[in-house]
Amino acid sequence: MTAPATRGRRPGRVRWWTYLLLTAATVACLFPLYWMFIVATTDTATATRMPPEVVPGGNFFHLLGLVLETVPFIQALLNSLVVATAIGVGQAVLCALAGFAFAKLSFPGRNALFLVVVLTMTVPTQLSVIPQYMIMSTLGWVDTLQALVVPGLASAFGIFWMRQHITATISDELVQAATIDGANTWQVFWRIAFPIVRPAAFVLGLFGFVTAWNDFLWPFIVLKSPERYTAQIAIKALQNSYDVDLGLAMSGSFLATIPLVVLFVLVGRRMVAGILDGAFKG
Amino acid sequence: MSTVAAPLTLERPAAPPPTPGVTRGWGERLSAYAYIAPFFVIFAVFGLFPFAFTFYVALFDWNPIGDQVFIGADNFTRMLGDPRFWNAAGNTVSIWALSTVPQLLLALVLAHVLNHARLRFALFFRMSMLVPYITSVAATAIVFAQLFDRDYGLLNWLLGLVGVAPVDFVQSTWGSHVLIATMVTWRWFGYTTLLYLASLQAVPRAVYEAAAIDGAGAWQQFRHITVPSLRPVIIFTVVTSTIGGLQIFTEPLLIATGAPLTCGAVRQCQTLTLFLYEQGFGEFAFGYGSAIGVALFVMIVVIAAINYLLSARIRADR
Repeated sequence: MTAPATRGRRPGRVRWWTYLLLTAATVACLFPLYWMFIVATTDTATATRMPPEVVPGGNFFHLLGLVLETVPFIQALLNSLVVATAIGVGQAVLCALAGFAFAKLSFPGRNALFLVVVLTMTVPTQLSVIPQYMIMSTLGWVDTLQALVVPGLASAFGIFWMRQHITATISDELVQAATIDGANTWQVFWRIAFPIVRPAAFVLGLFGFVTAWNDFLWPFIVLKSPERYTAQIAIKALQNSYDVDLGLAMSGSFLATIPLVVLFVLVGRRMVAGILDGAFKG
Repeated sequence: MSTVAAPLTLERPAAPPPTPGVTRGWGERLSAYAYIAPFFVIFAVFGLFPFAFTFYVALFDWNPIGDQVFIGADNFTRMLGDPRFWNAAGNTVSIWALSTVPQLLLALVLAHVLNHARLRFALFFRMSMLVPYITSVAATAIVFAQLFDRDYGLLNWLLGLVGVAPVDFVQSTWGSHVLIATMVTWRWFGYTTLLYLASLQAVPRAVYEAAAIDGAGAWQQFRHITVPSLRPVIIFTVVTSTIGGLQIFTEPLLIATGAPLTCGAVRQCQTLTLFLYEQGFGEFAFGYGSAIGVALFVMIVVIAAINYLLSARIRADR
């Protein structure tokens, strides 16, 4: 597996200690997941024996049974999937649309409104959780999944990023040609612009999905009943019954992590490329 | 030279591209507003309004199921005299320092060695480094708390092999800070490495080649090419890690199983956001909790201002 040739890579021979360093970093990154797997498949007595086990035990299904008795974990995984998918897809489409409008359409107040979008990136929303909770109370959305999805759809950074991509990849001539051929802006967006920027929108949606899947504070505040829990909150619920089994919360963590590991094996390359594409290069 | 265009650099964005000269009817004109409306509506309702309302609620003794009494600045005077607030602020700064410094140093070195033309398995190394980022904070906290456990943790067993007495990481102040900082570092160092690598790849290869011809070794290339060209993105990551550091919540909540809302019996690792949660949703003191939120905002503004001044200095130096 070799990386594609890129600009500005350092020339010269690669020293052995480079590989040593990178291997150590890789082991550090992967070991906690491996350990999660070990503890999630052994019983408490084995998990606490030292020296530790290095092969997974056969206790996984026993623990899985305990997990499902304690908290509706399958439901929690489904809830996470629904929320994270809605946010990922919603962000990708909404940011592409808004980015397209800011890049290719002229309308009064365009520049001022775009400046507002950029400025909203500087508003830290997490410190307003108390009024956010009050709003959800007023709307009657406490303990619902839309309380997680709807606020998660607005991504100023996503709009900024999509606008950059659309500006760089779609020429005004192309938009003009389509317009002269009688397409309205909606058709221009869906038939011409979106297919071209779909890879960028996909990466944006991926990051939205991962962030939403792993989010903790807001779901922890707004969800009340076990059947609404996302996987992360279900982990916390498992931890509350810590005395049942040491491996319980670990099994939950393992279950909540596996879907993302699978996703990452499939499309992680795109996420890495997305960061290296330099969403942060002006 | 890449400049950082990202959250928290308070500069005007580059001017949008020239308008395509297409004549459109009024319906078409208005459609553009429909495309951007969802963002503005959602942000107004769930972002901007709650943000502004925080400042209002902070002036009240606000009980969600009782009375709301206007008390002016009392929440703030109470906060400034509250040892729990200062304790949480101290813990937050301590955990931030312990996690940011190693994280950025690691990322610097790793980005430098990853940026190599003939590196094998480059994609594998890069992908591995993003694995902690896709692992949820909750799962990370559970695993690390187990690894660092006083009686059954792998780390204390290893320490025992070399004759060190077991360390009670969760119950001790510095131990719990180290534990949380380790989790934060583990989660972010790979992501930061890739950010730095993205900036490094904008440095022309010829620059490194010329340095090599002039006899600059690996260390000198790192010191005189890699570090200076990463300065803008380093400042950016310091700021984002600071904003993130002020919002650390899940790790302390999950490691202290006995007293989650205070992160232990003596609040040894309670962070500011956890203190906000404890007051707002544990004690139902919405006013006092909002005042803590305002304090967090002030800190963020100060950090952003320092960042802006630093960025301006660096641009002026060029």
